[in-house]
Amino acid sequence: MIELLTSNFILYAYLAIILVGFSASYFGVFVVQRKLSFLGNGLAHAAFGGVALGILLDTQPIYVAIPFTILISLLITYFKEKSILSNDTLIGVFFSFAFALGIIFLSLKENYTTDAFSYLFGSILSINNTDIIILALMAGFSLFTFFKFWARWAYSTFDNELAVADRLPVRFDNYVLSLSLSLIIVISVKIIGIVLISSYLVLPAAIARLYSRTFFEMTILSIIIGMVSGLISIVLSVLIDLPTSAVIIVFQSLIFMTSLFIKKSQM
Amino acid sequence: MKNVIEIEKLIVKYGNNIAIDDFTITVEEGIYLAILGPNGSGKSTLLKTILGLIQPTSGFIKIFGNSVDKVNPNLIGYVPQIKTLDKTFPALTIELVLSGLSKNWAFRSSKKDKMKALKILEQLDSIDIAHLHLSELSGGQLQKVYLARSLVRSPKILLLDEPATGVDFVCETNFNSILNDYAEQNTITILMVTHDWTSAYHHSTHILLMNNNLIYFGTKDNAFTDDNIKNTFSHLAHKHNVTFTLKEQ
Ligand SMILES: Nc1ncnc2c1ncn2[C@@H]1O[C@H](COP(=O)(O)OP(=O)(O)OP(=O)(O)O)[C@@H](O)[C@H]1O
Ligand SMILES: [Mg+2]
Repeated sequence: MIELLTSNFILYAYLAIILVGFSASYFGVFVVQRKLSFLGNGLAHAAFGGVALGILLDTQPIYVAIPFTILISLLITYFKEKSILSNDTLIGVFFSFAFALGIIFLSLKENYTTDAFSYLFGSILSINNTDIIILALMAGFSLFTFFKFWARWAYSTFDNELAVADRLPVRFDNYVLSLSLSLIIVISVKIIGIVLISSYLVLPAAIARLYSRTFFEMTILSIIIGMVSGLISIVLSVLIDLPTSAVIIVFQSLIFMTSLFIKKSQM
Repeated sequence: MKNVIEIEKLIVKYGNNIAIDDFTITVEEGIYLAILGPNGSGKSTLLKTILGLIQPTSGFIKIFGNSVDKVNPNLIGYVPQIKTLDKTFPALTIELVLSGLSKNWAFRSSKKDKMKALKILEQLDSIDIAHLHLSELSGGQLQKVYLARSLVRSPKILLLDEPATGVDFVCETNFNSILNDYAEQNTITILMVTHDWTSAYHHSTHILLMNNNLIYFGTKDNAFTDDNIKNTFSHLAHKHNVTFTLKEQ
């Protein structure tokens, strides 16, 4: 058993979940406080469309998926500014569109054996060197934004008007935030799946929110919860032989529900 | 006297709705200006345009001789009209005050900044709430925290949008004497939107009456003539003529 838990592919999985857990749980605090969870979910579906297109075109999926997802996120922003429809509606439309395109792309690809289902939950137990390098770059980028943008994003999350009055480049910052979210999501989708990335953007931050008095505490706690819960879940999933992604989500959800219950009974 | 704010032929529209209709005024250094007018008369819009939150449809504003977007934000303290604070955002009183110094949501602040923030809270009798969560504050306490946030950067111009709403009478008297004290010790120009005509008269030096257009701007002594008051409330007076009859069932 110990051998299994220290075998190569599991070590890669540990590393991957630390990198994804860090990035997604960090951006998750903005997703939660800015009420963007539907956008996160939508972008994950859009990213699937991009990955599928990459597979159809026989290239590294990520090279196609990144511009594809960013394009979708820009389209959503563009139409939000131009139309009277709500953000919610636009996200709903564009993400179904991109997801459906993805299904069609995959079905057009001949001799492609992996089914669409594997994209729902990813394949965290079959990660290679290239994947790890890309994930490490992503985590590095997240860390960079922590020093460069966290204080500004936090300020305009708290009160957009005060941030504008203090001459922060709020519009620019918001674009950087949506682009970063698109990047994190599209990189993670191929490896850990649509469902897991969506929940990673919400659950750790939501749990952290219940225990934090400041936004900084919330950020740090969210990152810790995201990484630790991921690691524990991988071990559990190997021990009891269940799909890793599903175990992570169930595990995080249980922590969330228990916390909700504890906090409620304390009030 | 130095000109602090110069407003020239300012028009601000939201779509077809004219919020500010052709304002030309010059605000001199050191005055305490009370801005009065009915709901929807453009008072908040005026402050927001001075802050650069809203772009003028035409005309221009200069602050210390610079266009609005070139102004150093450290010169201006702003207390927004009370609104529903996002209570889900985890933040402490002291953090909100510190944001007035750092102009972002710094995760660490210097000792010096912290001392400054605590000192201003102390002056506002609010030191005991420094480490409370914002969602735990009453409306009046929150207004004082916003005032502390605006004062902590030692501004040259203070823009207050109904700062005393929700503040009790003792506090309000206190609030006004704090402002007056502060104005005596520092060269500061205050623009305060208020609905309290009496306290405006007592504490301000100048009055601006508006109802989307400019009705009166000048020293307080000549402000409240019958004509001025009638013009300020003209469309309200009109609305008041509507009579209601109870329907018999
Ligand atoms: N964001 C906005 N979009 C469209 N119209 C607006 C907006 N803000 C204000 N208005 C309109 O502009 C006019 C002036 O509004 P403003 O908020 O400046 O009034 P006010 O004098 O501050 O009123 P109050 O005393 O109620 O605070 C009103 O007719 C209002 O409906
Ligand atoms: Mg107003």
